[in-house]
Amino acid sequence: MIRDITIGQYYPVDSILHRMDPRLKLNGTLLFIISIFLFDTFYGYIAITMFMISIIKLSKVPFKFILRGLKAIVVILIFTMTFNLFLTQGDILIRLGFLKITKQGLHSSIFMGLRLSYLILGSSLMTFTTTPNQLTDGLERLLWPLRRIKVPVHEIAMMMSIALRFIPILLEETDKIMKAQMARGADFESGGVVKRAKGLVPLLVPLFVSAFRRANDLAMAMEARCYRGGEGRTKMKPLHYSRRDMVAYIILLSYFALVIIISIYEKYLPYFSL
Amino acid sequence: MQIVFDHVDYLYSGGTSFEKHALRDISFKIEKGEFIGLIGHTGSGKSTLIQHMNGLIKATNGKIYYNGEDIYDKNYNMSQLRSKVGLVFQYPEHQLFETTVYKDVYFGPKNLGLDKLEADLRTYEALKMVGIGEELLDASPFELSGGQKRRVAIAGILAMRPEVLVLDEPTAGLDPRGRDEILDQIAMLHKESKITIILVTHSMEDVANYVDRILVMNNGSLAMDQETRSVFSRYKELEEIHLAAPQVTYVMNTLKEKGFPVNTDVTTVTEAKNEITRVLKII
Amino acid sequence: MEMIKVEDLAFEYIRRNEEGDVESINRAIDGVSLDVKKGDFIAIIGANGSGKSTLAKHINAILYPSEGTVWVNGMNTLKEENLWEIRRSAGMVFQNPDNQIIATVVEEDVGFGPENLGVPTDEIWERVEKSLKAVGMLEYRNQSPNKLSGGQKQRVAIAGIMAMKPECIVLDEPTAMLDPDGRKEVISTVRLLNQHEKITVLLITHHMDEVINADKVFVMEHGKIVMQGSPREIFSRIPEIKKYRLDVPQVTELAYELRNAGVDIPEGILSADELVQALENLGA
Repeated sequence: MIRDITIGQYYPVDSILHRMDPRLKLNGTLLFIISIFLFDTFYGYIAITMFMISIIKLSKVPFKFILRGLKAIVVILIFTMTFNLFLTQGDILIRLGFLKITKQGLHSSIFMGLRLSYLILGSSLMTFTTTPNQLTDGLERLLWPLRRIKVPVHEIAMMMSIALRFIPILLEETDKIMKAQMARGADFESGGVVKRAKGLVPLLVPLFVSAFRRANDLAMAMEARCYRGGEGRTKMKPLHYSRRDMVAYIILLSYFALVIIISIYEKYLPYFSL
Repeated sequence: MQIVFDHVDYLYSGGTSFEKHALRDISFKIEKGEFIGLIGHTGSGKSTLIQHMNGLIKATNGKIYYNGEDIYDKNYNMSQLRSKVGLVFQYPEHQLFETTVYKDVYFGPKNLGLDKLEADLRTYEALKMVGIGEELLDASPFELSGGQKRRVAIAGILAMRPEVLVLDEPTAGLDPRGRDEILDQIAMLHKESKITIILVTHSMEDVANYVDRILVMNNGSLAMDQETRSVFSRYKELEEIHLAAPQVTYVMNTLKEKGFPVNTDVTTVTEAKNEITRVLKII
Repeated sequence: MEMIKVEDLAFEYIRRNEEGDVESINRAIDGVSLDVKKGDFIAIIGANGSGKSTLAKHINAILYPSEGTVWVNGMNTLKEENLWEIRRSAGMVFQNPDNQIIATVVEEDVGFGPENLGVPTDEIWERVEKSLKAVGMLEYRNQSPNKLSGGQKQRVAIAGIMAMKPECIVLDEPTAMLDPDGRKEVISTVRLLNQHEKITVLLITHHMDEVINADKVFVMEHGKIVMQGSPREIFSRIPEIKKYRLDVPQVTELAYELRNAGVDIPEGILSADELVQALENLGA
């Protein structure tokens, strides 16, 4: 169901993580993702896991709620892990008929599973703790230098925030039109692919008409309120790094340095292998 | 008895453990050929209630009977019910989608699986009922005026030849004449083809002018179910639930307070005029 | 100086076919002249398609005259350099409450106008707070607009205009999509702003009970102004009003019917109290 998807949702509690600057959280997420893809060593992953657990603790978002985000990718997860488990060549551990599990296969299966899960957990943790508005503000500021190469950064950010405002409205509208057409005997549920696709016309046409009408109205309302693009605009809520954000950056960078050091000096640590 | 609601509850869960009673123990009966007004402030459960009538929403508890048959019986033909109880949503013109007016109205009868001749016949008939002339049949529904669009959308429901017509604020956003035109057409439909009409509205004046009986909703419960006059005589209770009586009812009540021997159960301008002139003659 | 001055305004919607040739011309406004004094509460009524919305959009410089001239606060709307100052001083509230709220948080939406005007951050906060207070929505400042009722959304839209410190607000059928409670909320808010903040108001509507307190009413039909006067003057001409697809408040109609039946009461009664008073005076 749609409501099971927790990625992209905001979880409204007050925590240190919630109060941090969105740019910091965006950069942090990026660094975290790089760290999980750069390293596949045992000690490296201990450090990564510790880091993630402490961030989750700081976020005050219930662990159960965070885990629900994994539900959406369970199929992909199983698929990837199974493929890696059986199709990697190497030293055979177990033979099951024509299937064989190798040492390397087991290793990469576990790490691929961990990577995917950490990727989802890490990025959903960012959206849990950052409102959509802060997120667009953060992105706008981070991408600001790209304006030099003619990327319409302000426009992209404005589009994102308008989309966020209208998604719930359009979802509600979809439901309403669907019911109105069902009251006229429309059937959205039975029949083959072609019949179903055709059956969507009475839903999609009114939905598009309405979306265009709304877009038109909104553009007019924005102009009437003196909107003229990003030029000369001030911000009601400008982004400022606080001292806390600076400390967080230092912690973040030390984490990254630690993971790099561990992976370089792994061979000097007590050997561990699967 | 055409429609019977028997202790209907509807629980709405917003995806979490928290649940809300959108409808609470609703029971009433509607006879064939009645003209009923359904009033209540926004969020009182009117829209949820009418969507139960054609099975778009299923009650959590309780039963609903249409012409004596339990609509939740597993052998009950739900799509037949949808055509028998025609539901015109708010701003129905937002559901128009075809390239011509004719094709759009034809959508309903076509879905009923009727043969071409019968479907054509019903389409013409419905368009005529709402006063859309032949010259507009091939026009795009998107090019019509607001009032015309709305009438085409209503025709889209009428073309299924419903036995009950439920209209959710059919006059919202129209100018006064457009409002009267739609309501007069509905009243005529009621008179000529004897369909049961259920009119959901915020306008007490409209209710007073057209309907015989009123259902009043408040917080998901049925607060009153009486004939029009009796409901408006309880105007003080109506105010408590953010509703009101027509302006003339207030005039009559103030007159009475000031010592005029007027009869206060008056709900329309004509009735008020007759009552006041009658009393003035006596004085 | 007048807040708004419209002189011989005409506006044509021109439809072109695919080759760019003119297919049809619809003269939506056809020779309108009107003056609005500062601080006035003006109502414009008229059937759907009578041109009242088109007129409103000229005052905010969303549309420009095909013929004639519109001045807002002495500024000609045809002059490019006046554009932003006109839009700031004559704010506009539209019909659909959902389609004019831009932000996902109430206070950020109110701040949208000042942001566009380049107002410094501290002052934006002051203005947002003051505007939300003026429309009675301060306690909802951190809410999502999706959770508000229609009337509340319109009040947020009005606050969004107030934050630009306008001299005039044009409201284009702001109550058409609202329930009776919401309508009352919006109209009393607008009246309050008119009386306390001295904002000039131009209210477009076809709910007749909303115009009885206006200083002046204009009736439009086919792009022309066909009647103008005080609400009392306008509403005493019932047959004419009905000819223009409009209506009068129920009490006014009752009073009119009583007069026709030979009861000796004054013309143009607007409220229940007035009618009762008039009937009491008969006995005296």
